[in-house]
Amino acid sequence: MSDVRTIFELSAQNRGAAAQHLSERPGAMDDIPASLRRERAPGLPEVSELQVVRHYTNLSRKNFSIDTNFYPLGSCTMKYNPRGAHRAASLPGFLNRHPLAPDSASQGFMACLHELQEILKDVTGMQGVSLTPMAGAQGEFAGVAMIRAYHEARGDHARNEILVPSAAHGTNPATAAMCGYRVAEVPVNASGDVDLEALKLAVGPQTAGLMMTNPSTCGVFERGIESIAAVVHDAGGLLYYDGANLNAILGKVKPGSMGFDVLHMNLHKTFATPHGGGGPGAGPVGVGERLLPYLPVPFVAQDAKGAYRWVTDAELPDSIGRLSAYAGNAGILLRALAYALMLGREGMHRVGEYSTLNANYLARRLEDAGFELAYPDRRATHEFILTFSESARSRDVTAMDFAKRLLDYGIHSPTTYFPLLIPECFLIEPTETETKAELDAFVDALVAIQREAEADPEKVKGAPYDLPVRRLDDVKAARELDLAWRG
Amino acid sequence: MPFIPHTAEEVQVMLSQIGVARTEDLFDEIPQNLRAGALSSVPAGASELEMLRKLGARAALDESVVCFAGAGSYDHHIPAAVWDLTSRGEFMTAYTPYQAEASQGTLQLIYEYQSMMTALTGLDVSNASVYDGASGLAEAVLMAVRSNKKARSRTVLLPDSLHPHYAAAARNICRHQSVEFVGMALDHDGRVDLEALETDGPDEVCAVVVQQPNFFGMLEDVDALTDWAAERGGLVIAVVNPLALAVLKPPGEWGGSGADIACGEGQPLGVPMSSGGPAFGFICCRSALVRQLPGRVIGRTEDLTGKPGFTLTLQAREQHIRRGKATSNICTNQGLLVTAATIHMSLLGPVGLARIAEHCHANTRALVEALTAIDGVEARHQGPFFHERVLQLPRPADEVVAGLLERGILGGVALGAYHESMNHDLLVCATEKRTDDEIGRYAAALREVIAR
Amino acid sequence: MSDVPQELKYARTHEWARLEEDGTITVGISDHAQDALGDVVYVEHPEPGQPVAAGDEAGVVESVKAASDIYAPVSGSVIAVNEALDDAPETVNQDPYGDGWFFKIQPDDVAELDELLDSEAYAELCENEEH
Repeated sequence: MSDVRTIFELSAQNRGAAAQHLSERPGAMDDIPASLRRERAPGLPEVSELQVVRHYTNLSRKNFSIDTNFYPLGSCTMKYNPRGAHRAASLPGFLNRHPLAPDSASQGFMACLHELQEILKDVTGMQGVSLTPMAGAQGEFAGVAMIRAYHEARGDHARNEILVPSAAHGTNPATAAMCGYRVAEVPVNASGDVDLEALKLAVGPQTAGLMMTNPSTCGVFERGIESIAAVVHDAGGLLYYDGANLNAILGKVKPGSMGFDVLHMNLHKTFATPHGGGGPGAGPVGVGERLLPYLPVPFVAQDAKGAYRWVTDAELPDSIGRLSAYAGNAGILLRALAYALMLGREGMHRVGEYSTLNANYLARRLEDAGFELAYPDRRATHEFILTFSESARSRDVTAMDFAKRLLDYGIHSPTTYFPLLIPECFLIEPTETETKAELDAFVDALVAIQREAEADPEKVKGAPYDLPVRRLDDVKAARELDLAWRG
Repeated sequence: MPFIPHTAEEVQVMLSQIGVARTEDLFDEIPQNLRAGALSSVPAGASELEMLRKLGARAALDESVVCFAGAGSYDHHIPAAVWDLTSRGEFMTAYTPYQAEASQGTLQLIYEYQSMMTALTGLDVSNASVYDGASGLAEAVLMAVRSNKKARSRTVLLPDSLHPHYAAAARNICRHQSVEFVGMALDHDGRVDLEALETDGPDEVCAVVVQQPNFFGMLEDVDALTDWAAERGGLVIAVVNPLALAVLKPPGEWGGSGADIACGEGQPLGVPMSSGGPAFGFICCRSALVRQLPGRVIGRTEDLTGKPGFTLTLQAREQHIRRGKATSNICTNQGLLVTAATIHMSLLGPVGLARIAEHCHANTRALVEALTAIDGVEARHQGPFFHERVLQLPRPADEVVAGLLERGILGGVALGAYHESMNHDLLVCATEKRTDDEIGRYAAALREVIAR
Repeated sequence: MSDVPQELKYARTHEWARLEEDGTITVGISDHAQDALGDVVYVEHPEPGQPVAAGDEAGVVESVKAASDIYAPVSGSVIAVNEALDDAPETVNQDPYGDGWFFKIQPDDVAELDELLDSEAYAELCENEEH
């Protein structure tokens, strides 16, 4: 476990994993002019198969993961990723299908996508769904690009601004900027709701739309959502739903009923597909009636005889077009479908219920143990916020110190320092797939760390101790950039 | 209840701790009129067995064709160890490595990946991946436009030999950033027409995109194109197949000064075709451009005891810090596929990758020889190619593809949908997996289909 | 309590400006700003010769966890940038009013300096931000 050598340091010239080497083909490339060919072989490692297997097995053991640890990262929905879904997506007929195989050889795959489109339409209360966006951020791009296409098609070119609540995810303003919009922030009030009076002042003929999550990033349900929708719609803007927190209300509330015109879902959150150490995700978009003509392509339609076909921009000329080479992260879509089929209609709403139960239980237990909730008078949704500002002020033990010390207790830290408007915070999302015992152990760990912080703050500030490395020097990493192995 | 572990007793204890009678009470802040009714389009819950039976039957419908299609997604052999290791829960079910101390496995692996990609492309730095090759090109274009502050021009040249889906995605994603895309015409052999470029090309450009090998499988004169772009103040964006780079000149060595950015699709490095995704896009660049590089980047550093370790770095460019002024909105990328690719490249090494590339080239040459021996079938282009060619057929290519499918062969990609004048043209590919026997079967089937 | 030298002028966006004897204006970021940013890891300069209007973006300063735009406090053209920061960005933390300067401007109108805050007003601004 303590070996820190890279794969390059295990390499020796002319070693290699010979079972992976095909036969030599002398002169095979002679018909390609030398000026187009490579002179020196690339500096890739030359290692045996066992070296590779052992190296990457041992590397994997240096990770925390859902399969090995409680991982209550707020806004990330780190729930169990069913192995059955992985098995389904790995069926040879799916894995070996070429993306440009004709429809006649793709009916099985297309039936799956069509079924998932229908399920997602129902769950979100939307009129149309396109599955192609490859992650939440690409879904956001598609959504805002559709908003823009809609206004432009109406000749309404004055709308050059997207509104976001101050607690919004960073992707929201970044997306709006990619779509050529200015970004203006709307403040959130002391109880975590959008400040409606400020919103009324912020909207106008320049408003293209408002992007928001609900439940919000403050871990509370936005109670004024119907008034917000009315204010934005009356000003001629559209309402965008960032589906990052859909898990909280899955099967309980449809975003379409709240007045949202367009949304994206994060299937790697709500539909339990694995996060993969940073992806892949899938960020399907759903739209109401007004935005149907602009959906990104391709998506699947079914004809009267039951056959499936791709809808492309030939059929949907006002579409914002394709955003990727093929049809998105197909393998992730298949996993999401497998998960949805196993939940079924009667299991879907339990996701929202039990994720909310777990969060409220954990919040109450932590409050009873003396920790400070950011919104003590509100119901938690599927997540909630703790603040350590008192600890930071009185003992200089920060939220980051608590986070690092939790690692020594075998628990991955919650999201830290987000949302930005709550100082020294943890955003905690336990998810519905964790047992009560796991939640209780988390409370015990935080209580123990709190005691350590009172008795010996330096101990907490020096954490972690029991991981493959101690606290890392981020400043050195950024000042003396070492981004690739150079022998 | 699938995946929910609570017993009825535990639920009661939890509710009483919270101080409510029923779970339903936890939703009392949500207006009643917003509550969802039944989900009519969601089927009743299925066991794992029932689900696998249903999806297994569908998967079987699409099975058992021999693949001679390429066009950006290739049927390569993947060593057994690649997905055995990649599927370990510690890789598959970890989040983005924000807590570095608890993510050294993923972080070190990505650092190794970055190192391998820079070795393949001959450039200085690599990011940790983007979604795919097409959206990666869009990100590379935006990056070039931000980087090339000296150029007054916002013109980005796209060759007509670029993968049409890449061109479409780049245009769609860059649409609102006032980038002016201009095409580059081709010569008779499916390559950028350098003479036309010399005479009719713009005097000043912001960036020039060069795909090698290009969509038709042909090899462009990358040195001349790179030099042409440099003379006009343009950055060169290389769109490359990483497997081909085991044998082809790396973008960092193109022309007098090298390409500035290289991007492309990583699928040939250990990722199944899987209907086009998930695979991963890569972007590499010169170190001078690193602060305009979108997406995550891993750096090597030390912990407080001086022990080497790895961490996310250059994060101030990213959306979670820079918000509206970030280099991109990208957040989640394709980490798990990068894991597969890194293990794949380690297993194959420089020799193994080059051998695969050689076999692909030789098999495609054999395929084209076998097919062009049939009356009326001809190679559309002359000149150097890698592992794809365009064949001109005596009948519309989509009809031929349908006929071949009935014989268990995915014969290639019919090009009529992309270029009106190429209705009879078929883009074919033979990877290292294709045997002489399969090539023979393809030739026999094609003979029948054409004669029909 | 951060250091706010009396002889300088300050922008609300935390840049300081100093009128030099040769009529040029040197620009940097305040002690308060460097402290809020934390360890500076990179500074992006404006292009020498670039004309700027007061309030224009004229560079970026980055720490590990934050990035801030630098705005030109007065209009004019950039005549020099502090390239020493490329290799030693920590100078911004160590000596924000001295070797940690960012760039020099040849101002169009020196009187624009009067529109900036004096040290007293700026100290009050910082005080309010800290609460």
